[in-house]
Amino acid sequence: MKRRNFLGLMGAAGVSAALPTKAQAGGNVHFEGYPGSKGVLFDANRCIGCRKCEIGCNEVNNLPQPEKPFTDLSVTETTRRTENEAYTVVNKYETSGGPVFRKIQCMHCLEPSCASACFVAAFSKQPSGAVVYDESVCVGCRYCMIACPFEIPTYTYNDPITPKVIKCDLCDANINAGKISVPGCVNKCPKEALVYGERDELIKIARNRLEANPEKYIDHIYGENEVGGTSWLFISGVPFSEIGLREDLGTVSGPELNSGALSVVAMVPALWPLLLAGVYGITKRTDKINTKEKADAVAKAIAETQDKASEDMKAAMERARNDKEATVKREVTKALKEAEEAAAAGDGEKEEEGA
Amino acid sequence: MVQSIYTLQDFLLATKGWVYLLMGASLVVFVAYWKFLFSRDKD
Amino acid sequence: MTTESVSKQSLLTPFNIIAGLILLMGAALTVWRFGWGIGAVTNLDNNNPWGIWIGFDLLCGVALAAGGYVTSSAVYLFGMKKHHAAVRPAILTAFLGYLFVVVALQYDLGRPWRLPYPFVVQSGTTSMLFEVGLCVALYLTVLFLEFSVAPLEWLGKKKLRKLIHGMTIVLTIFGVVLSTLHQSSLGALYIIAPAKLHPLWYSSYLPTFFFVSSAAAGMSMVMLEGWISHKPMHKVMSDDYLGQSDDLYYGFAKGASWVLMGYFFIKVIGIASDNEWHLLNTGWGQWFLVELLGFVLLPSFLYAIGAREKNLKLIKWTALLTVLGIVLNRLNVSLIAFNWHLPSEMRYVPSWQEVGVTIFVVTMIVISFKIISSKTPIFYEHPDYKDEH
Repeated sequence: MKRRNFLGLMGAAGVSAALPTKAQAGGNVHFEGYPGSKGVLFDANRCIGCRKCEIGCNEVNNLPQPEKPFTDLSVTETTRRTENEAYTVVNKYETSGGPVFRKIQCMHCLEPSCASACFVAAFSKQPSGAVVYDESVCVGCRYCMIACPFEIPTYTYNDPITPKVIKCDLCDANINAGKISVPGCVNKCPKEALVYGERDELIKIARNRLEANPEKYIDHIYGENEVGGTSWLFISGVPFSEIGLREDLGTVSGPELNSGALSVVAMVPALWPLLLAGVYGITKRTDKINTKEKADAVAKAIAETQDKASEDMKAAMERARNDKEATVKREVTKALKEAEEAAAAGDGEKEEEGA
Repeated sequence: MVQSIYTLQDFLLATKGWVYLLMGASLVVFVAYWKFLFSRDKD
Repeated sequence: MTTESVSKQSLLTPFNIIAGLILLMGAALTVWRFGWGIGAVTNLDNNNPWGIWIGFDLLCGVALAAGGYVTSSAVYLFGMKKHHAAVRPAILTAFLGYLFVVVALQYDLGRPWRLPYPFVVQSGTTSMLFEVGLCVALYLTVLFLEFSVAPLEWLGKKKLRKLIHGMTIVLTIFGVVLSTLHQSSLGALYIIAPAKLHPLWYSSYLPTFFFVSSAAAGMSMVMLEGWISHKPMHKVMSDDYLGQSDDLYYGFAKGASWVLMGYFFIKVIGIASDNEWHLLNTGWGQWFLVELLGFVLLPSFLYAIGAREKNLKLIKWTALLTVLGIVLNRLNVSLIAFNWHLPSEMRYVPSWQEVGVTIFVVTMIVISFKIISSKTPIFYEHPDYKDEH
């Protein structure tokens, strides 16, 4: 209690003293998360698979009793996942180092993929460290379930009117209401396999354990950097992949992944109209030029045709005139000749007819 | 306002909001600006 | 034969009977879905939150409706005026496609009445789905306006029709912008889940892949839809439309061939960038190559040959092949290569009801298309507006 208060005061001082640095241009932004943000450390070496954490969660959230009672430890032999009425489950894994138990629940990521994916911003990371869900805006698209790398959120598919997403909320509502001071699961653990506290502190604790007993632990805190860091941290004596914790998730968070895609997208409405209007303008101008050239060509052709036509006409008329002249000349010559001949013939009959 | 942004997610939520508004504005401005640029060109 | 029996005879065509039965089934499934919840009619679960309603109805539906922006931009922005008769059928297909995507979405959303929430209550602006939703909503409006010209002509609303027609270029540009945005962001939906999508399909270039392939899909759908509607809608097809038809096939075949070749290269570049050559040797690799070689590279060649040889039959079948290829890609990304790491007993298979709803939605599109294109100037020009292109 006292430590918490002290830490809280430190946190507050930290907030006022250390305003986040202004975002640098070009996407080189870096965020430290809320100071004093809480988390839970799970130690796989200590967990005995008693399922009391499941009972704690069940009680705090007033969930119905499961088919097989919590005291039935054989349930852990089946690999389970979270369900609508089981915000957390403990599984038993047969590993290279014998049977090991591991608790599954929301990892309360520092940069949650579910929050990044939700198109109504129904998920948010709280200063307490919890990633909480707001049912009042949820449309039920279930994209958060696609996005979560740990396969945590569940959905009440069989509710036709008020379906919702379900997951552990780190008992945020209950802690805020003052009903409890640590999450229900942590409270019930008999072996201190679960420790609740500030994430920075938990990392130090985990580090100490790893250093104190290097032969008992894999030298890695799972969740320290995975998908940008999670609030639920794991240390284990066997490889994490053997207790169902994927080691191929990378260290890039959902928000970071989305950020890249989104920034490219933003350029489209500014650039496309530029290009397309440009293309349209060029096409239209080319069309106009083409039309004009075509019109010019047509006009020219018409003019040429007209010229040729009038020339042809002139030539024809000329020819006609020439023809006419020639004909006239011919006729006249003929007539004259006939007259001469007639005259010559007439002369033969009457010597002289009028001189 | 700066004080409430501790996570990348919160940062992006805020900035993308403005980006969307700007995207919409650019489309509207584009139409108006086109009209302005070419309004005297009617033959 | 009395007039009564004639009209009864013409109503009970095989098409109408089958369509009617599908509509009845659809109505029943609708009641079931909304009365008893998504769980009652789907095989969706907590590991597989999205099924064929998203993978096919949404993703394929939107990709195949891309013919709207492709055709209108080709004709109005890139100066390919000789294909103008193809614009209205393409816009109609696109409009109905997007409209019924929204209809199909109502089945998949947990609380569909809250669909406006991201715009009016709280905006998750970091979400790619926000982008998709916003741009689809806006584009549907653009499509509606572009489509409305035909029914307005039919109704004789000259002034309104003139107003909208005057906005053609602007609407076309908006259409391309919005289409680019939402086609690519549908691909971007999966950027956030690298751990769940097989590396051969996952890429930071997913948005580009989706956008580029949508162009090929659009052109192919225009050709396919022209092929399918040719016989049933023949009597309303104008000489203009029919006369331009062959040219459209040659033009779009060349365009699609070009786009598919580009798409092929960017996919290969994606493999190279992530150094995934060795994955091609696996079972998944074989499947990837089937998609890439058989349904992208092959149709690119076939289209080219068809265009060069002026082989309409080859072009039409290639259009079908391309469309199937796009469908295959979307299904691979959303359902087949998604959750590839899960054991087979945890994988998703659609329920018959999910398939039923999908068939119901597609049938409604076909029926709407038939009615609208037979009554309004889609395949022909309204005599009052003959001049305008």
